[in-house]
Amino acid sequence: MDDAPALTLDRHLVRFVEELRLAGLDVPPGSTLSFGRAVAEVGAGTRSGVYWSGRATLLRRPEDVAVYDRVFDHHWTGAPTGGWVPTREAPVTLVLDVADDDAPADGDDGDDGERDGDHLSVRWSRTEVLGAKDFAECSDEELAELHDLMGRLRLFGATRRHRRLRPAARRGRPDLRRTVRSALRTGGEPVRRAFAEPGVRPRRLVLLLDVSGSMEPYARALVRFLHAAMVGRRDVEAFALGTRLTRLTRQLATRDPDVALARAADEVADWSGGTRLGDGLRTFNDEWGVRGMARGATVVVLSDGWDRGEPEVMAEQMERLGRVAHRVVWVNPLKAAPGYAPLARGMAAALPHVDRFLEGHSLDSLRALVEVLREDGR
Amino acid sequence: MTSPQTVDDVVAALAEQDYLADEGLATAVFLALRLRRPLLLEGEAGVGKTEVARALAAWTGGELIRLQCYEGLDASQAVYEWDYSRQLLHLRAAEAAGALSAGGGAAGDGTTGSGATGDVAALEDELYDERFLVRRPLLRSLTATDGVPPVLLIDEVDRADDEFEAFLLEILSDFAVTVPELGTFRAEVPPVVVITSNRTRDVHDALKRRCLYHWVQHPDVDREVEILRVRAPHVPASLAADVARVAAELRDMGLYKPPGVAETLDWAEALVLVGVDDLDAEAMGVTIGALLKYREDQDRLRARGFGEVVGLLRGA
Repeated sequence: MDDAPALTLDRHLVRFVEELRLAGLDVPPGSTLSFGRAVAEVGAGTRSGVYWSGRATLLRRPEDVAVYDRVFDHHWTGAPTGGWVPTREAPVTLVLDVADDDAPADGDDGDDGERDGDHLSVRWSRTEVLGAKDFAECSDEELAELHDLMGRLRLFGATRRHRRLRPAARRGRPDLRRTVRSALRTGGEPVRRAFAEPGVRPRRLVLLLDVSGSMEPYARALVRFLHAAMVGRRDVEAFALGTRLTRLTRQLATRDPDVALARAADEVADWSGGTRLGDGLRTFNDEWGVRGMARGATVVVLSDGWDRGEPEVMAEQMERLGRVAHRVVWVNPLKAAPGYAPLARGMAAALPHVDRFLEGHSLDSLRALVEVLREDGR
Repeated sequence: MTSPQTVDDVVAALAEQDYLADEGLATAVFLALRLRRPLLLEGEAGVGKTEVARALAAWTGGELIRLQCYEGLDASQAVYEWDYSRQLLHLRAAEAAGALSAGGGAAGDGTTGSGATGDVAALEDELYDERFLVRRPLLRSLTATDGVPPVLLIDEVDRADDEFEAFLLEILSDFAVTVPELGTFRAEVPPVVVITSNRTRDVHDALKRRCLYHWVQHPDVDREVEILRVRAPHVPASLAADVARVAAELRDMGLYKPPGVAETLDWAEALVLVGVDDLDAEAMGVTIGALLKYREDQDRLRARGFGEVVGLLRGA
C-alpha cells in the first residue's frame, strides 16, 4: 500500500483485475488488455469512466456486477474491504467413489486369487440388490458404488423437428443445392433430383433438484444423476431448488464427476435448508424458464413436494411451467414408500400440472425415469 | 464521424437520434466504436437493446443490416446461398444453346457435352458466379463498399444454436467469409456489430470474450419521462410523468413480465388515443392491456386496485 502512489496506471489496472479474480470473478487475460485500452480511450480522469470501462470489458454476466462494485469501491476509493471476499459456506462433502475399500477386508487378507473371484460374484449380486435399495438406507460405500452405476445412465428423451434440413431419399422437399450439383455431372441436365427433410433434435432437458432438508438423504445421490445426465448429451440445464435457486449447469458441465460434484457442493449455499419450493419455481420461471429455457423442453422436477410456502403459489408456478414446457415430469423419492399418498400440500397442488409422476428413491427407479423419457422420444 | 472523441459525444449523438443512453451504455458504445469490437447487449425484453443498433445506424449513416436469429439458423440463411432456381434455368439455357450449335446432333438424349470434361468445368464456373450468389446479412455486412461501415445487428443470438455461434465467432474474429467456389470476401471496413441476447441460455464464453458487454437495465423514472417526451412528444408532460411513475411502481411489484420501455410508450400512446389527460383508475382499467401482457399480472394489479396505484401518484 505504501508504494501505491508510485504505481503506474497500468499496474493499477492489473492490480484491480487481480483483486477481481481473488474475489472470484473469472477474468481472462485478454480482457485485462481490453480494459487497459478501454481506459486509455475513455480516459482515467473520472471515476465513472474507469468504472464503466471495466464493466464493458471485464464482466460478462449481470450476476458479477455486485462483486465488481465492491472490489471497485475498495480498490479505487479505498473503501473498507468489508466482506467482498465471497463468504464460503462450510464445505459440504459429497460422497464420491471411495476406492479404498479396505475397512471390511482388513481382517482377512489371505488367499488373494480365490477371494478375488468370490468378491466379483458378490459384487455382481450387490449391484442387483443395490439397484432397488432406497438411497436413504445406503451406506456411504454403497452410495459411492451407486454413483458409479449412475454414471452409466444415459438420458435421451423427447425430440422435436429441427429447422435444419437433412438429405432424404425421395421424400420431403426438393433439395435444389444438391440437384444443381449433380446436374453438373450429367452435362447440365438435372436427371437426379435430390430431396431433404427436417432433421430431428432432442428437446432441451431441464432438471430441477430439490436440496432442502427433507430431501437430504436423496439430494446428494441425485446430484450424481444430474451430472450423468449432463455428461451424456448436450442441451441439459440443471438447477438446485432450496431456500433459493442455484444454477448448476456450469458447475456440472465437466466430465470428471469428482470435480463436478465438488463444484456443485460449493455453489449451493443452502444444502438442507428450508423449503420454499413454490418460490424457487417462481424464480426459475421468471429468470429462466418462461423466458425461453423451459419452452418446448422436458422439465424434470426431483422433489418430495414438501413446501412451507403457500400451495397457491406452487399451483400457479407449476401451471406456468406446464404451459411452456413440452412435458413436466415429477420424480418423488417418497412415492415408493408403501401407502404413500401425495398429501404434502405442495405436492398436491403441483400434481394437476404434472404429466408423469414417478419414483426416484433408487437406481432402478432412475432407470425407469430414463426409460420413460426415452419412450417420450419416440 | 464513427469515431467519437468522448463518451459525451456518444450520448449527444444518440440523443439526436431520439435515443437516450445512460453513461454505462454510452461508454460501451463508445468503446465498441473506438476499439472496433462487437457489442453484446443483454437485458430484459423491451429495454431498448435493438433500438441501440437503429440509433447507431441513423447516426453513423451506415446501412442497418439485421439478422434475426432463430433455432436452426444456418449458413445458407445467415451468410450466403446460391440461387438454385436461376442456376437450373441457366443450365437449361446453356443446354439449349449447346444443342443448337451442335446442329441437333445428340440433342434430347441428355448426353450433350459428354466426353468433353472441359465443358463441365466451364459450366461450373458459369454457375458458381457472383451473379447467382444470394448475399445474406452476414456476407452483406462484409461487402459494403460505400466507405461507411454498416451496422450489423445480430438480434436475439440466444435463439440460435451453438453451431451458429461457433460460426459467428469465426466471422467476427477476422471479418472475412470464404465461399469455396469464389474465394474469400474480406471487409474493407469492418461493420459495427451489435449483438443482443435475452439470456434464455448462456452465450458461449468464447463469443463473449470477443465482445464488449453491457447489461441494459430499465431506466429510472426521470430518464423514462425524458424518453417518453422524446419518443412521444404529443403526450402531455404531466401524463408522461404519471406513466413513468406507474411503470416504475409496477416494476417493483414482482410481476411476471414487468413493463419495458416499449410497453410504457405503448401505454402512453393508448392513453392519449382514448382521450385521457389525467390518469385515473378508470382510464388505467381500460388501457392496461397495453402495459401488462399476462392475465396473472393484470389480476394482481386489479386485486391491488387501480385506484390505489393512482392514489400513490397523487399522494406523493
